[in-house]
Amino acid sequence: MEATQGHAHDDHHDHAPQGFGHYFTTTNHKDIGSLYLWFSMIMFFVGGFMALVIRAELFQPGIQIVNPDVFNQLTTIHALVMIFGAVMPGFVGFANWQIPLMVGASDMAFARMNNWSFWLMPPAAILLVGSFLVPGGAAGSGWTLYPPLSVQGGMSVDMTILAVHIMGASSIMGSINIITTILNMRAPGMTLMRMPMFVWTWLITAYLLIAVMPVLAGAVTMLLTDRHFGTHFFNAAGGGDPTMFMHIFWFFGHPEVYIMILPAFGIISHIIPTFARKPLFGYASMVYATASIALLSFIVWGHHMFTVGMPAAGNLFFMYATMLIAVPTGVKVFNWIATMWKGSMTFETPMLFAVGFVSLFTIGGFSGLVCAITPVDITIHNTYYVVAHFHYVLFSGAIYSIMGGAYFWLPKWTGHMYDEKLGKVHFWLTTIFFNLTFFPQHFLGLAGMPRRIPDYAPQFTEFNQISSIGAFGLGISQLLFLYVVIKCIRGGVKAPAKPWEGAEGLEWTVPSPAPYHTFETPPSFH
Amino acid sequence: MKNFRLTAGLVPTLLPLLAQAGYDVNIPAPKSTISFQIFDLHMEILYVCLAIFVVVFGVMFYSLFAHRKSKGAVAAHFHENTTVEVVWTIVPFLILAAMAMPATRTVLAMKDPSNADMTIKVTAFQWKWQYDYLNDGVKFYATLSTPRAEIGSPEAPGKPVSEHYLLETDNNVVVPVGKKVRLLITANDVIHGWYVPQLGVNQYGIPGFIKESWFQATEPGVFRGQCSQICGKEHGYMPIVVEAKSAEDYAAWVKEQKARQAAAEGAQKLSLADAPAR
Repeated sequence: MEATQGHAHDDHHDHAPQGFGHYFTTTNHKDIGSLYLWFSMIMFFVGGFMALVIRAELFQPGIQIVNPDVFNQLTTIHALVMIFGAVMPGFVGFANWQIPLMVGASDMAFARMNNWSFWLMPPAAILLVGSFLVPGGAAGSGWTLYPPLSVQGGMSVDMTILAVHIMGASSIMGSINIITTILNMRAPGMTLMRMPMFVWTWLITAYLLIAVMPVLAGAVTMLLTDRHFGTHFFNAAGGGDPTMFMHIFWFFGHPEVYIMILPAFGIISHIIPTFARKPLFGYASMVYATASIALLSFIVWGHHMFTVGMPAAGNLFFMYATMLIAVPTGVKVFNWIATMWKGSMTFETPMLFAVGFVSLFTIGGFSGLVCAITPVDITIHNTYYVVAHFHYVLFSGAIYSIMGGAYFWLPKWTGHMYDEKLGKVHFWLTTIFFNLTFFPQHFLGLAGMPRRIPDYAPQFTEFNQISSIGAFGLGISQLLFLYVVIKCIRGGVKAPAKPWEGAEGLEWTVPSPAPYHTFETPPSFH
Repeated sequence: MKNFRLTAGLVPTLLPLLAQAGYDVNIPAPKSTISFQIFDLHMEILYVCLAIFVVVFGVMFYSLFAHRKSKGAVAAHFHENTTVEVVWTIVPFLILAAMAMPATRTVLAMKDPSNADMTIKVTAFQWKWQYDYLNDGVKFYATLSTPRAEIGSPEAPGKPVSEHYLLETDNNVVVPVGKKVRLLITANDVIHGWYVPQLGVNQYGIPGFIKESWFQATEPGVFRGQCSQICGKEHGYMPIVVEAKSAEDYAAWVKEQKARQAAAEGAQKLSLADAPAR
């Protein structure tokens, strides 16, 4: 792959606006990408703080720190903040920064809508986090908001519903923007099957978002009318059915899981070839595997509902369909390992996170397979086993890829190399404490400790203590990440246009930091 | 870079280390016909996953060790191989199919509550359980019996001392060993979950609907569980205690319960008769 920038004379009008004010009106994809990434970082710490209060309460049996109702509110808002505030905006930040640079476009297709998509997020976050302050406290029904429990809640549930609506609108606008940019603004010569993997994974993710965010919006709207306007969608006394909410919610909820992991697959598919100095193995099969995962994600929602009392045929269908997802996911893992095989590897921080991702995400994949087996799920459903499982795929999956990706592209974004030594220390602290936090939770779940309880029987004490110690280590280690990022922005060794020897792609053809305006005339892509 | 060997060692070494410390690292001992099957299924899948993990990550960690630039490795240029890609698509599929077969048998067995020896209707409330023995006419509520003072609050932190802290009730569910007990599970207010891992039952109670499940205890004993679906602030405080007894002991328990119920009803009638007419 070789690329040249059409005319390299855009210096004279490449003056980035100064001051914070312009961020409110900016239509520049790099500014908006940075806004998303900082928003994601802030939400990551907000959600992390809630997690630490939860872990502090769970350090020993008995109630010591928060009342049970506050505990429920913390678990609910922790999940919503991490999913809708940290992981999803994090990936949208990457999309904004990288997609135009990777496809050789001057900006996103709808630059003003891009600004609007981002600026919807802070009000939604304020509604969500601010709901702790209203009478009765935040929503405490778990992030799945199952009725009738969520119908019992106070006005904070309405705030949560509104926040979900706003974030959904933002996601849909962001997705339309991403799809349009990818389909219409690629550099001449970049056919679909020659697009960078990150662009492919986001194209598919954006379609998933457009398909399922309206479904969630519908579910929470029905919840809202059940709460206030006398409808009985989910109330058996009026001819409704609480189970129907679960079906609709998880029809959104399972594709949502892949919305949070497909872009991660994309980022990892860039980091591994770069540091193995070898092209990605099985590019075409990676694309097909991503698409298969996306399609399968629509027919597996029932595996969240094995304890609802579906008929045998339903349970069997959802078990088989869920097990099938292991095939394309396996293909991806095998492809990454085949990319490393006979490469010439070095282990800078992004590569450490990528290797950590492949190893630990796969553990999450295996525990997912265990959960897929209906009879086994019966014994671990809603226990800490599930908590361990989804933190292995979301923390050591999604978050690892976000951090690895940040280290990977920070030189391009800031023009400086980050502190490699501190980056490695951050990786090892994160990995050790992550496993210390979440590995013991598998044992707790197998032993039968339910999730979302503020207090537990004494036989669960040791593993909870290990987990809590790990969690505090994990939380504190992330301050190091914040420090490394700030240090990198403020200065450091000057980064060349292509800081990584094995890097490929259009983004490495522009100088570091990437000028405020890039690819004003499309580059040629061979 | 010894670091990678550290990661490789971390996961496999953690398991036996913890087992040595005497902690429970597996599903509790199965005590029902279905939970035996669940236990075996879980072990089979765990071993298959471990084997795949060792093989796949053995290859990866060998590569991380051998194919590194600092060792003078020069990158190869291959980037596809149709045969290999077809093989690693089909082989996992076959492994999964092999896993699915025994699981299917258990699902079908779990979902067959026919020919039950007795039926108990379970109704969940915020935050207690009601049990109604449809065949034997016994009916009672079961609530947490751990003293509130032990649980505590942020103002007066708790100090658990009870042996079965949080896993004890005032009225236990008594069932005969070896009999197929059918459960009709529902709820009165919000969704709850009747979950007793050793009996292989985890079934939501959904207000307005009756869901079916069943178990057959294989030996006498006391089996403890908790509500499995978040149901409000006391969700952590609605345990389930099942006592499996011999047929004779069960019959004696039913007799005792009936006598108690009759006495309670008599007392209620008496107090009504005593009440001054309005």
